Amino acid sequence: MTLLLDKPAPPQAPAERAPYWTMRRRDTLAGWLMVLPQLAGIVAFVIVPLGLVVWYSVHEWNVLGGTFEFVGGDNYTALADDQRLGPVLRATGLFSAGLVVLNLSLALFLAVLLNQRLRGTVVFRTLFFSPVVVTLVAWTIVWGFLLQDNGGLNGFLNVLGIDGPNWLRSGGTAMASVIVVQLFKNVGLNMVLFLAALQGVPAELYEAARIDGASAWARFRRVTVPLISPTILLTMILTIVGSLQVFAQIAVLTQGGPETSTTVLVYYLYQQAFQFHHFGYGSALSLLLFSIVLVLTAVQWRMRRRWVFHEA
Amino acid sequence: MKLRSLTAAGVAAALLALAGCGGSSDGDSGSSGPVDLRMTIWSANAKHLALFDQIAADYKKDHPEIGKITFESIPFDSYTTTLTTQIGGGNVPDLAWILESTAPDFVSSGALEPIDKDADLVPSTTTNWEKDGKLYAYPFSTSPLGVFVNTDLVKAAGRPAPAQQIASGTWTWEETAKTASAVQARGKGGVVVGDFDYKGWDTLNSIWSGWGARPWSEDGKTCGFDQPEMVDAMTFIHKLIFTDKGMPGPGVTKDFYAGDSAMILTQISRAALLEKSKFKWDLVPLPKGPSGEYSVVGQAGIGVFKRGKHADAAKQFLAYFSNAENSAKLAQFFPPPRKSQLNAATLAKANPLLKPAQLQSVVIDGIQRGDIKTSHTGYAELQQTVRAALDPLWKPDADVKTVMSGVCSKINPLLAK
Repeated sequence: MTLLLDKPAPPQAPAERAPYWTMRRRDTLAGWLMVLPQLAGIVAFVIVPLGLVVWYSVHEWNVLGGTFEFVGGDNYTALADDQRLGPVLRATGLFSAGLVVLNLSLALFLAVLLNQRLRGTVVFRTLFFSPVVVTLVAWTIVWGFLLQDNGGLNGFLNVLGIDGPNWLRSGGTAMASVIVVQLFKNVGLNMVLFLAALQGVPAELYEAARIDGASAWARFRRVTVPLISPTILLTMILTIVGSLQVFAQIAVLTQGGPETSTTVLVYYLYQQAFQFHHFGYGSALSLLLFSIVLVLTAVQWRMRRRWVFHEA
Repeated sequence: MKLRSLTAAGVAAALLALAGCGGSSDGDSGSSGPVDLRMTIWSANAKHLALFDQIAADYKKDHPEIGKITFESIPFDSYTTTLTTQIGGGNVPDLAWILESTAPDFVSSGALEPIDKDADLVPSTTTNWEKDGKLYAYPFSTSPLGVFVNTDLVKAAGRPAPAQQIASGTWTWEETAKTASAVQARGKGGVVVGDFDYKGWDTLNSIWSGWGARPWSEDGKTCGFDQPEMVDAMTFIHKLIFTDKGMPGPGVTKDFYAGDSAMILTQISRAALLEKSKFKWDLVPLPKGPSGEYSVVGQAGIGVFKRGKHADAAKQFLAYFSNAENSAKLAQFFPPPRKSQLNAATLAKANPLLKPAQLQSVVIDGIQRGDIKTSHTGYAELQQTVRAALDPLWKPDADVKTVMSGVCSKINPLLAK
């Protein structure tokens, strides 16, 4: 003790400033530099346009005449008076509901099949995933040829002795066709997400369930579904948001017809803004779409505690 | 803290740079530096572009102040949409081709500069582009619609050639329908209306004009779809498709230029597509309808934008581009609107694929007699509304009269605007 106490104090180091670039600051800088390109992109292409859309929606913009007048809430009251909006929202709902139900059930079904270690699963996985990497418009144009009255699909049905309908020219089949074209385009992505989730379910749980005498359905219902529920939530949100954004398929296959049966909200706002030059009203429509997506996503996020495992 | 302000400065600089990219072009309207001109067009044909470039090069020889003259091709399907989006985004071209259907929108909006009217212009060609006695676009292409006929298919079906029918005075829609169904019964297509495809309903004016029908009154205020002439014409078309089976049905494609259909109703400028055809063809005027002989003219104008950066220079260039000398050169693709050039001799020099008799009967008579294609203010919205309302007609069991009244009830609010 004394020895220690007696030890002369070390000479006072000269008052040296701590280096500015501490590890922490370096990390912060690196972090900022990494997110900066993305952040600049979001500001330039999302935040600023979003602000502009709000600004346009309270104006009447005559593109050709070059006039830009403040009209207050007129474009929003026009939403309530627009008789075409009802059928448009119905078509949008029909498309989204049809796509989400078919996409998620088919993707899950395929994933469960591919998860059984059977021969040829790699081939099937590739087969169903390959449309995901095909250019959307090319995919849609080819389907357009297949769905023509004298196209490939009806030619095939003819061989079987069936007189196929004119797929893209009658209301019901046109909507069904657009849904199916979109379904096969993207089902592979959800399938791969489900497959990854399925492979993360511990085998012991199945074994335990089997010992307890659970049937195959009960094992699926009580073990698989709860454990992959976070993935179901993710794919559901992605698919709903994606389905509300459908545009290219409609523009290429039906242009919103026959009549207005496939005029979904995005296509309608494109027509209003870019074809009819009602940029103010088109902006109001896009804010309506924005709020629909926001509300749907928020509802699912709140509901997740009820059915998503780990979230309760 | 320092770092944060550094980052903020960086973001601000990046944004300013981005904004600068968009805004810098506004600064070159001063007198210094060459004047660049840009004209939007919907043709991407290499021969058309070569001719335009040659005219531009000749112009620049005498106008050292002109830098580049660019002809920017925009696909036809989305032409007006792209053009108006460019204008909305502040990227206003100096000159643009304008479709006849949207002429009232462009002329009435005040977007175009008035231009000088040459006394040589045929009066019927300029009416669509005038307002209060001033001309707002040069009607550079005035192209009548005719019927291209695959005479091989008509002969094989055992029907007289249209040229024979014209000679004997029996070239009527009734006879045309018979020829069309005879060919279609043998597996090929009968008569095709170019660019119709059960969406571009306005192209059907090449048929309904023969019944004296119009989609709306001349002042654009009253719907014409429920009028007896239009109902009769549409009944004829419906019967031609679903009963006589002389026109390929909805969703069926029969390419005339590939030899898959007997006849196509289209503008004569499409003759270029037949240069390498492997079948014998003819070009004849539109058949006689119940209201007699008629013709329909498609048209394109070239306008100068007030908000373009060099409106005056653009006007001068347009005057040169459309002068008598260049109009004669352009006549090989675009029928000229000039009295002095609207003769078989000038046109024959420029259109080697067509015979003088064809040029006289289809082009010259057609332009002088012709109805310019349908137009109205707010045309795109009308176009879509009618398209949707006409869809129920394209079914075998449709009730024509009910559908046509339905069209009027849908477009009346738009016509009243």
